Amino acid sequence: MTKSIANFLKKPFICTCIAVFFGCLVACLILLITGYSPAMSLAVMFNAIFSRPKFIVNIILKSTPIILTGISVAFAFKSGLFNIGSEGQYIFSTVISTIVGIVFDFHPIIQIPLVVFSGVFAGALLGGIVGFLKAKFGIHEVITSIMFNWIALYFCNFIANSQMFHKPESDGTYSINPSGFTLLMYDWKFSDDGVRFFKQNPFWGDIILKTDFNVNFLVAVFASILMWVFVYRTRKGYELRVTGLNPIAAENAGINVNKNIIYTMIIAGALSGLAGSLSITGTSSHNVHVLSTFENNGFNGLSVALIAGSSPIGCIFAGLMFSAFIYAGQTLQFKTGAPSEIVNIMIGVIVFFVALVKIIPIIVNRFLEKRGNA
Amino acid sequence: MLSTLLIALSITLMYSAPLTLAAIGGVISERSGVVNIGIEGMMSIGALAGATVGYFTHSAWLGFLCAGLAGGLLALLHAVASITFRADQTVSGIAINLIGPGLSMFLARYFFNGATTTLPVPNKLPKVIDQQNLKVTMFRGLNIDITVLIAFLVVFVTWFVFYQTKWGLRIRAMGEHPAAVDTLGVSVYKSRYACVIISGILAGLGGGTVTLAIISQFTPTAISGQGFIALAAVIFGKWRPFGTYFACLLFGFSQALVIILGDGNVVIPSTLLAMIPYILTIIVLIIFVGRSSAPKASGVPYEKGIR
Repeated sequence: MTKSIANFLKKPFICTCIAVFFGCLVACLILLITGYSPAMSLAVMFNAIFSRPKFIVNIILKSTPIILTGISVAFAFKSGLFNIGSEGQYIFSTVISTIVGIVFDFHPIIQIPLVVFSGVFAGALLGGIVGFLKAKFGIHEVITSIMFNWIALYFCNFIANSQMFHKPESDGTYSINPSGFTLLMYDWKFSDDGVRFFKQNPFWGDIILKTDFNVNFLVAVFASILMWVFVYRTRKGYELRVTGLNPIAAENAGINVNKNIIYTMIIAGALSGLAGSLSITGTSSHNVHVLSTFENNGFNGLSVALIAGSSPIGCIFAGLMFSAFIYAGQTLQFKTGAPSEIVNIMIGVIVFFVALVKIIPIIVNRFLEKRGNA
Repeated sequence: MLSTLLIALSITLMYSAPLTLAAIGGVISERSGVVNIGIEGMMSIGALAGATVGYFTHSAWLGFLCAGLAGGLLALLHAVASITFRADQTVSGIAINLIGPGLSMFLARYFFNGATTTLPVPNKLPKVIDQQNLKVTMFRGLNIDITVLIAFLVVFVTWFVFYQTKWGLRIRAMGEHPAAVDTLGVSVYKSRYACVIISGILAGLGGGTVTLAIISQFTPTAISGQGFIALAAVIFGKWRPFGTYFACLLFGFSQALVIILGDGNVVIPSTLLAMIPYILTIIVLIIFVGRSSAPKASGVPYEKGIR
């Protein structure tokens, strides 16, 4: 009996659930102390997530970039690298995609891949430089990544303010040409046929008409499955994992560690880049604007990767949860006046407990060992 | 010309003070063997505590003290996770970075009727040299906060303790080989707790420096990335007090460069100028610094009696 409970507690999924439970508990305590009703707040948040199909779709759409940056960070973690530069790679990618999307205007069959891959390339380039500097000069990836985050931010502001791309009377650039949009049924939904259909079927109208209904989430799911296969089912993936676990053993086994550092950072950068370019093609307003501070698409990816325990598949669920919390937080502030930052505290506490519950398996093992010896 | 130089010097020192305090905290924590990536979060909560206490009590010094305490409290959380519970220190640090800014904005809204910006403090921390009171007109432009001196003092004391005292040797040894220190009868747990908490206090003071000496209120962007820059400065300075101080000064200097170049009639857009500090840092790293290696046991939880 104790053994089955112990084994149950050892499952990573259960550990994560415990962490989420504690996160909610602490958030409720803080709400209670500051004079808001926890039960009411939870009800409002629950409603904000599940009460309308539109909300669910929006949460799925908003989760896409952080799932992808999450996979990016998780993948780099697997090879022992800390990709804190996901934020900068994301920003740089949005900027390059926007430029390409504005300058060119081909048929969607060419335009969409062109815009998306230019962003992917931009992210991969930033990641690659970080990897190169680490492999060649031994400069810690965390420093260069942090510096590139800022360089990307100011580059974004430079483009958003530049004569060529700045849209008058706004704080951003022009939108990209519609041929680059990855929205689904974009033309149809505003046509006469579409409008008539949605009038008869308000349920589908809620889902498709009132949101930026797009393919991005499917791409993110596909990417996470692909990364799982790559990491666990290919030779290269094995090499990268060995490098992450023990670089010296990897070196002795004939694995070129420095080369792998560059590869890893290029792939991680490409994933963050994909997150950026899909945001441009898939969600309005399809442009970049002046950033006064980071928008945390990459930094949230860090939390997603940690909650997911660096599993590419886990990132999908962690990203969805994260996105739901953020969405619910905004509604909470709007409806009850409780500061939406409670959600940030909650996520922080969840991540904190994710760190703590990792020792549950260790304690359980030791407990079982003691019983076995006795 | 002289006044431009003096202004540059003042800006350099002003910008580097909060970075220095936070980064030295990082050095102390990492040399003892605990990675502290949560500096950003500790700075934010310090910035908020400083501004709030400074506003309500009218005493900048009391605010500064509370800024340190708030940072220390958050660091205690990190210490419990990473030392007692032997949790992954990076994960716990990132959690601190989420909790710190979240909590400070939550509290700002709570104390200031829903605004994320606090009201300005009535009294800022005093200046050592104030350009308005300078008698010698030649030195107009020189403007030095007391926090600049405090930051330097912290660097010097840390250096002295690290390299001239028994305790410093033990702390440094703890970051390389904690079991060796343990066999001397020194408690690794207790000393690491002390180092992490001191690190949080310094990061909190760094945050307080921003809201009590540089600007006079807490805003959501008051601490936006300084903690990460401080983290970079720790690695840049190769985990040594004066190396780190130099990195912070370099960073402050390039900020001064941005402001002075932006002030004149240079045609470069300000957004490109703003990249200077970050590009300069990368170039300096490539040319002068190169390979850096962290303290050997940094990031590895210590377990007594393990082989």
